[in-house]
Amino acid sequence: MRAVDLRVGIALALLAAAVLWSAQAFPVVPGQRLGAGFLPKLVGAGLGLCGLGLVLRSLRGTAYDNLVAAPTTSWRDIASALLILATIAAYIGLADRLGFLLIAPLCLLAVFRVLRVGWGPAMAWALGGTLLVHVMFYKLLRVPLPWGLLRPFY
Amino acid sequence: MDALATAFGLVFQPYVLLVIGLSALYGLFVGAIPGLTATMATALLVPVTFFMAPVPAVAAIVTATAMAIFSGDIPSALLRMPGTPASAAYTDEAFNLTRKGQAELALGAGLVFSVLGGIFGVLVLIVAAPALAEVALKFSSFEYFWLVMLGFTSAIFIAGNDVLKGCTSMLLGLLISCVGLENPAAAPRYTFGNAELMGGISLIPLMIGMFAVSEVLRFALARIKPVMVVDRPFGNVFAGMWTLIKKYPLQLLRGSALGTVVGALPGAGADIAAWMSYAVSKRFSKEPQKYGTGHVEGIVEAGAANNSALGGAWIPALVFGIPGDSITAIAIGVLYMKNMNPGPMLFVDNPQNIYAVFIVFIVAQLLMLPLGWLAILAAKRILRVPAALLMPLILLFCIVGSFAINNTLFGVVIMGLAGVLAFFMERWGFPVAPTILGVVLGTMLEEHFFSSLVKADGQLWPFFERPIAGALGALVLLIWLWPLGRRLVRLVLRAAG
Repeated sequence: MRAVDLRVGIALALLAAAVLWSAQAFPVVPGQRLGAGFLPKLVGAGLGLCGLGLVLRSLRGTAYDNLVAAPTTSWRDIASALLILATIAAYIGLADRLGFLLIAPLCLLAVFRVLRVGWGPAMAWALGGTLLVHVMFYKLLRVPLPWGLLRPFY
Repeated sequence: MDALATAFGLVFQPYVLLVIGLSALYGLFVGAIPGLTATMATALLVPVTFFMAPVPAVAAIVTATAMAIFSGDIPSALLRMPGTPASAAYTDEAFNLTRKGQAELALGAGLVFSVLGGIFGVLVLIVAAPALAEVALKFSSFEYFWLVMLGFTSAIFIAGNDVLKGCTSMLLGLLISCVGLENPAAAPRYTFGNAELMGGISLIPLMIGMFAVSEVLRFALARIKPVMVVDRPFGNVFAGMWTLIKKYPLQLLRGSALGTVVGALPGAGADIAAWMSYAVSKRFSKEPQKYGTGHVEGIVEAGAANNSALGGAWIPALVFGIPGDSITAIAIGVLYMKNMNPGPMLFVDNPQNIYAVFIVFIVAQLLMLPLGWLAILAAKRILRVPAALLMPLILLFCIVGSFAINNTLFGVVIMGLAGVLAFFMERWGFPVAPTILGVVLGTMLEEHFFSSLVKADGQLWPFFERPIAGALGALVLLIWLWPLGRRLVRLVLRAAG
């Protein structure tokens, strides 16, 4: 956890510098000395101090570990997590173009496969899950889920 | 009295009762699956409650969370895996009882003392909330400013075990709350020319990301294969419970009281209440050597504590709009969406809605007994549902739920980013609850600070002038300076001798 704390501390200090720099540009409330920049400046200063604290603590070796050790993970597991994030990104990018009824089963199928569910159950659950969510949100709750390519058939 | 009758009318109608029943089953199911937390259950419920009237919406949240906190005990006892973090404190105790062939005792104590603790928390809520609201009616921006500060202070110094990381989490939440136009100068902050960011970061997609998507990512990284240790039909789980109540009345009362107080502290919820109660129980027990070997006393006290914390957490949420835990942080978002803005005026303007919330709390606790019993009987079937089949469906639910709040894909973007942030925060030992508190209370902090500053003409002294504001301010400063003071006292004592 010490090495992680060191890196996070440096990242926090950089974030704090960016926040403090950006806060200079915010206007003050008319008739007051403070304004929209007050809270960001306070947060920036606080994050800077916390970042510095983490760096110093990890350099001095007094890191408080509330985890016994940083969990170890295989590359395959990391790839799984990244694929799940990629699925969310694909939904965001393609939902309007393809429509919910096409993109949702593809996303579900991808995540089922990432979690090593067999092809048969994965396809069945992907279709069933899509229909369930469609009925619940589109039909019952009237959420305007996108139709995309299927618009002409609706 | 009219308001009370109206409240009964609001709750006891077929639609609301159906919502309560379905939410109860949903809560029991989600709580019983290891890896799915009560907070996640609440976050996933919000998109559905969005389309309900205020009373059924709150009823759904209250019922589902109470049930989920109890049913987290089921996999604790049977698999040595807490269904929710609130059961983690006494998982070993419950599992060791099961290994001794006393699964019924572990599960029965979990159920019965959850109900009793829950009822205690609700009674305190019913008595304390209106009384506090009466006092809060006289509050000005000074008192609210210090209350918000006390909320942050308690989340960092009392609830957490690493002040530096807790403080960082809270500041990240405050930074997120800075986004948008809602600030004293109404200037766009961190919007990067994006119109969607002008209104700020939408709370519900953020919560769904932090509590549900992060959980799906965690599951992808560490898949768990549960092993069942009980393969026989359960006997009567209520047998011997009356004896336990007579044997451990003090433990029940102490656990319930501590749970309610810890629940009411901002940032600390059912899980911390259970850990603290378990530690207190062991400390004052006549048989501390039996703890960890399958001793029911710890389950009695901590099981009562985690459910009483739920009622406690609603006290500051309803009276001041300050969440007692992550679940009430989500609930506050729902209350705002339903025009039931939390605060003392809610007790004056809409007492029937407040009474309805109280009634729902009691109904949920009473329902827990029969439904919890059924959940125990069905436990072996529930626990056989593979999480790998549930997680992708939960992810789709998260995506559509985040979209449904504002009907924009930008909600899904926020959800995804929040999920990644929470995932890494937890992995690197940063608590998530203070971040949520920072996001929920950031705007409130800025608003009350600035209106106080205008009233005080730029001076700091008036922040301490009014008696309650002064006491709250002194308390906040005392907690902040306590570690420094303790170190100074030690130095002086060492120098002296």
